Amino acid sequence: MDTQLDLWEVFIQKKDGSEHAHAGSVHASDSKMALQNARDIYTRRNEGTSIWVVPSNYITASNPEDAQMLFDPSTEKVYRHPTFYVVPAGAKQI
Amino acid sequence: MNTTETKSSFQDKLDQDLCIEPKDTMPDEYRKHLIRQISQHAHSEVIGMQPEGNWITRAPSLRAKQILLAKIQDEGGHGLYLYSTAETLGISREEMIEQLHTGKAKYSNIFNYPALTWADIGAIGWLVDGAAIVNQVSLQKTSYGPYARAMVRICKEESFHQRQGYEIMTNMMKGTKEQQEMAQDAMNRWWWPSLMMFGPHDSDSPHSGNAFVWKIKRKSNDELRQRFIDKTVQQAETIGLTIPDSDLKWNETKNCYDHGEINWEEFRRVVNGNGPCNKQRMTHHIKVHNEGAWVREAAAAYAKANAK
Ligand SMILES: [Fe+2]
Ligand SMILES: [Fe+2]
Repeated sequence: MDTQLDLWEVFIQKKDGSEHAHAGSVHASDSKMALQNARDIYTRRNEGTSIWVVPSNYITASNPEDAQMLFDPSTEKVYRHPTFYVVPAGAKQI
Repeated sequence: MNTTETKSSFQDKLDQDLCIEPKDTMPDEYRKHLIRQISQHAHSEVIGMQPEGNWITRAPSLRAKQILLAKIQDEGGHGLYLYSTAETLGISREEMIEQLHTGKAKYSNIFNYPALTWADIGAIGWLVDGAAIVNQVSLQKTSYGPYARAMVRICKEESFHQRQGYEIMTNMMKGTKEQQEMAQDAMNRWWWPSLMMFGPHDSDSPHSGNAFVWKIKRKSNDELRQRFIDKTVQQAETIGLTIPDSDLKWNETKNCYDHGEINWEEFRRVVNGNGPCNKQRMTHHIKVHNEGAWVREAAAAYAKANAK
């Protein structure tokens, strides 16, 4: 039976010390091939210093409909930001 | 989720110029339109490797060969970015390839023309990639997030493609009389098909209506074509090439070039399968796809055996 192999998501770290960011996906039969394909497809011009690949079906994404429920409450918690607090005049390095 | 709700969150995002993402609700027709457009775009990148691949073993120098190989490898990469973009909309890679092979999905008409001489490799990079760039730059602002991001990645790579083509043409125009004639001949054959790449005139472009409302398409066929002509004429003149259009002239009032009539009869003939290479392109793709089946099968079997 013909197959196009499994779908893997690719995450690339652009430079040392930065986070891995989603770049796209590749097809591959195993993790070794996925890494090789990701390297050929997404880093032909020094775009990366490190690659992660993960089978696409292992990713669980939040639902756009839940965005309000998930993220809105944080806007009420202004006290989580340093600008919420009044610093007396004259206090330094705080 | 009911349809009015789907419509309103989708419309809200469009109104605010926000990207639509894979998990967002979207109208069926939007999804279908994108699948058709993105898969056609992917197929074009892949089929486009054929006319150029034809010249790898005959490149005139090692430098030229390395460049052409890198360029063609990029096009394969573009095809893969775009296939995975289309997959986020719920179509599988198998389905897309099947649609290509049965003729249900199209690819850009331009690749049904042959690359007859080395100058054609110059003309393809300069004109065909040049036209593709104009189109793809405008698609960087398309409303579907994964498509827009693929376009950003692709555009970064395309300018090398156009420059290597222009360099070939420049060198040939600095060469012998025969080489200059060869360059002009390639120009004559690729100019009009390149203009056709932007599709029918706005006045009879069947797919445009919703594409604008949905912000998939940000500039019209004629606007993009005009932009390409206005950029390219000066580049041709700089190296001594003549645009094969006796009606081409600068229009002071409109501040752009007027151009001659495009032969839409030919366009339709080629789109409908009767161009010089339609059969060859598809036969080759099907053959290579089938010949590669055992590799995919073996890889899958190996992965399965190792997983135990
Ligand atoms: Fe491309
Ligand atoms: Fe290209």
